[in-house]
Amino acid sequence: MIHPEAARRLRAIVGETWYRDDQEALVAHSYDATPMLQSMPDGVIYPSSTEQVSEIMKVLSEHGIPVISRGSASNLCGGTVPVQGGVVMVMHRMNRILEVDLENLTATVQPGIITAEFTAHIESFGLFYPPDPGSMRISTIGGNIAECSGGLRGLKYGTTKDYVIGLEAVLASGEVIRTGGKLMKDVAGYDLTKLLIGSEGTLAIITEATLKLVPPPKAKKTMLAMYRDLYGAARTVSKIIESRIIPATLEFLDNPTIRVVDDFAKLGLPLDMEAILLIEQDGDPETVERDIARITEICESEHADRVEVAATREEAEKLLTARRSALTALARLRPTTILEDATVPRSKIADMVLRINEIARKHNVTIATFGHAGDGNLHPTATTDARDRDEIHRVEEAFAEIFEASIELGGTITGEHGVGLVKAPYLEWRVGPAGLGVMKGIKQAFDPHNLLNPGKMFAKETRKRVVVQHG
Amino acid sequence: MDKLTAESAKPAVRHENPLARALAEKLNYDQLTNCMRCGFCLPACPTFKETGMEPESPRGRIALMKAVADGLMDPDEAFQEQMYHCLGCRACEPVCPADVKYGQLIEQARDSIEDHADHSVPVKGLRKLFFDGVFPHRSRLKWLGRSLGFYQKSGLRRIARGTGIMRLFPEHMRDMERILPEATARGVVERIGAFYPAKGKMIARVALFRGCIMDVLFAETNVNTVKLLSEAGFEVVIPDSQVCCGALHAHSGELGKARELARSNIRAFKEAGVDYIVSNAGGCGALLIEYDHLLHEDDDWREDGAWFASRVIDVSRLIAEKGRVPDFAEPAGEDGRAQQLLITYQDSCHLRNVMKSGGAPRQLMNRVGNVRFVEMADAGSCCGSAGIYNVTQPEMAGRVLERKMDNANRTEARYLLTSNPGCLLQMKLGIEKHGAGGQMEAMHIVDFLAERMAAGKS
Ligand SMILES: Cc1cc2nc3c(=O)[nH]c(=O)nc-3n(C[C@H](O)[C@H](O)[C@H](O)COP(=O)(O)OP(=O)(O)OC[C@H]3O[C@@H](n4cnc5c(N)ncnc54)[C@H](O)[C@@H]3O)c2cc1C
Ligand code: SF4
Ligand code: SF4
Repeated sequence: MIHPEAARRLRAIVGETWYRDDQEALVAHSYDATPMLQSMPDGVIYPSSTEQVSEIMKVLSEHGIPVISRGSASNLCGGTVPVQGGVVMVMHRMNRILEVDLENLTATVQPGIITAEFTAHIESFGLFYPPDPGSMRISTIGGNIAECSGGLRGLKYGTTKDYVIGLEAVLASGEVIRTGGKLMKDVAGYDLTKLLIGSEGTLAIITEATLKLVPPPKAKKTMLAMYRDLYGAARTVSKIIESRIIPATLEFLDNPTIRVVDDFAKLGLPLDMEAILLIEQDGDPETVERDIARITEICESEHADRVEVAATREEAEKLLTARRSALTALARLRPTTILEDATVPRSKIADMVLRINEIARKHNVTIATFGHAGDGNLHPTATTDARDRDEIHRVEEAFAEIFEASIELGGTITGEHGVGLVKAPYLEWRVGPAGLGVMKGIKQAFDPHNLLNPGKMFAKETRKRVVVQHG
Repeated sequence: MDKLTAESAKPAVRHENPLARALAEKLNYDQLTNCMRCGFCLPACPTFKETGMEPESPRGRIALMKAVADGLMDPDEAFQEQMYHCLGCRACEPVCPADVKYGQLIEQARDSIEDHADHSVPVKGLRKLFFDGVFPHRSRLKWLGRSLGFYQKSGLRRIARGTGIMRLFPEHMRDMERILPEATARGVVERIGAFYPAKGKMIARVALFRGCIMDVLFAETNVNTVKLLSEAGFEVVIPDSQVCCGALHAHSGELGKARELARSNIRAFKEAGVDYIVSNAGGCGALLIEYDHLLHEDDDWREDGAWFASRVIDVSRLIAEKGRVPDFAEPAGEDGRAQQLLITYQDSCHLRNVMKSGGAPRQLMNRVGNVRFVEMADAGSCCGSAGIYNVTQPEMAGRVLERKMDNANRTEARYLLTSNPGCLLQMKLGIEKHGAGGQMEAMHIVDFLAERMAAGKS
């Protein structure tokens, strides 16, 4: 329960409509896209300006009330689940594009703008903002920054961190800081911009961001290569990069995913293939032609069973459908879809996929794997039913082994979905005690009373086994 | 303190509250579990777009339903109101990766509320009068048509307006009264009979679903539908014992009544021995095409429901996909050379999202001579009519409409075409309230096409 005095002051800041503590509002802010997690906040607030955020933080810190900043709650790590109650701060009303600077090629936006709306707007200026998480039609720029989201174009263009050059943020105390700016060079002190990117709402509330824009590629070509041999596909990935070609997109689908996708989208994919690579290159027309020809040769030299290069945009769309339908097709199989996020060096993709399949078989669960082959970021996805306790337990065991395998192969526990609640107990496993110590010190410096998204990133206990189910 | 609760099996909650118990029983728990809370449906939802608040979104409403079923929350008045805030436009369904049947969930929720709520839901009485007393009965509909027609023609309307008696009604009712077309007791059968042959070689025999409101307020459109079908090569019959489709009942939570109507209709159309059952109202068609789902639990009617559902098709789609599309010409202007005519189209949500037939009307419009079709921004988004939503939720309906008209005005179209009587009335209202300069006219696509067809012939 929020102290009535605090609630009164919060209402005074944003107006009656924009502070809610009725049952409906609390229930509707008790979850995010992470399966099986739910926890009630005590209040929900919708600020419309940096000043309001600052005033709100003053009230909350005076009363020691936790705050969970929230974009669209599409994260998959329990990042916006209010585990310790408190006030959920929804950023949707702060959704304006403040400036598009054509001389400096930057855009300054408020954090609540939907990523796809932003990119569409930018395209209307003939410019390009490359980060494209699969959730971009719903996720916000603020959420992308706080999670450092990656996307299909990550291999060539990098992820959100490569495009954020300045931030405005409100600290737990209510003070406003500005980091970076329109400068491409700036070494004055620690780089707080980079520190806030990927901080998952635990260090400060981002209220404004300056983003770098680039000229769009002139041409684009898409192709699909299918393999009976998983290692052939994996070697293709390494060889393409070795040959100094960086495709814009290099995506991977394993056999279980191919089957589900084909059943759903009726693409006529060969069901006995062990892997499909979806490859896209963009840039100058001649370079694109040359790269695609060279990639085709590499695919063939690695014994790809079939290689299809799209001649037209429609054909390309058809090829892209394979990758785009992956989640949709899987989500329709069983009630509960658990999309995980294991990342290994790209040379280890085949080993990792084989291990995942073995582990799934061993525990008698269905796990399909697809993901960003180019950067080794795989999404093993379990289709299950939250109501089947026994099966969920087996899924849990399977994921524990999958993450262990990923670390063994030189990988990490999350490539792009973040630590949040779900991966918090394993952070030390990945960064070591000293690393964790430094991180905790940083948290202390920004947020001494642990009000910003408490329970996330740092767990009370460290574990080495993954527990999917909390309760 | 950790507050985290695990979501799990359908909990063995013992609900004290009778409404909570009804909801726990009626709501399809599989569908509630299927929702993975990805949020993909949020940008599609008009009520979310207006308010930006999660409880006003599909994901939010599903979470609320689930919370009630799970015993996490009481189905209080705010909950019940929220269930009625939804337009039922089902724009959330085609964008959902997990294929959650949201339409079914909201109907089940409303059905439970209708059975158990302490009748706090707005305009319940009025609704009852019309739903049970008028719509299902052909004779009473005729009576309604006659009285309304009399009122409109006799000068009573003028008197009513003149004396200011209309001011006693809420504003949105007054608005509606103003834009209501001339009502009539002479429906399509009274005008052209119950059978109409195909022009040229017959492609198929089809039955017209004439609808209840459609045949009172838009009987002319029904007539035009028949003529258009005939021109495209279809023989048309109009079974006389057909009744209201039941859509308004189903969407407002009166599933029992809707099922009763469905059974009558199936009986009527089975006798007609036809290949297709043609609807010219997206709202009706969408329920007709789901009769199989509506009667799924009824052992005696399941098969017939499926028979019926598999034959239902929208008039535009039937003509575009199976018919001989007639020549549509834009009549020449006075100087002999007509100016190019701009038209735009407001999707009927149910035609687009449930009957999945948004393409056919566009195809046909593009076949009309000397006409340029301009797509308005966000054409697929609900106009706020949504059955009787604009009567029960005037505030939200007004906001949604205003946004819609902004987009419509920007096309500068001369005609704003629709495929559903509710949308047509709403668009007429929109043009009157927010239209740009009185240039635009709302029209049913069938009437527009029939007019061009006739002109083309002469
Ligand atoms: C189907 C699906 C596909 C996805 N695909 C991808 C993908 O390809 N790549 C990828 O990286 N992720 C992906 N995600 C995960 C998710 O969409 C991203 O993490 C996204 O960036 C979250 O954005 P959001 O606006 O929903 O943020 P939320 O989920 O609301 O919040 C995420 C985190 O950011 C914090 N936060 C939000 N706004 C602010 C702010 N203004 N200031 C400070 N902290 C803030 C929150 O506290 C939380 O910790 C996917 C998710 C789904 C459901
Ligand atoms: S899109 Fe479907 S699965 Fe996703 S939140 Fe909406 S209803 Fe649930
Ligand atoms: S039916 Fe329409 S109004 Fe209702 S939740 Fe779905 S999109 Fe929103």
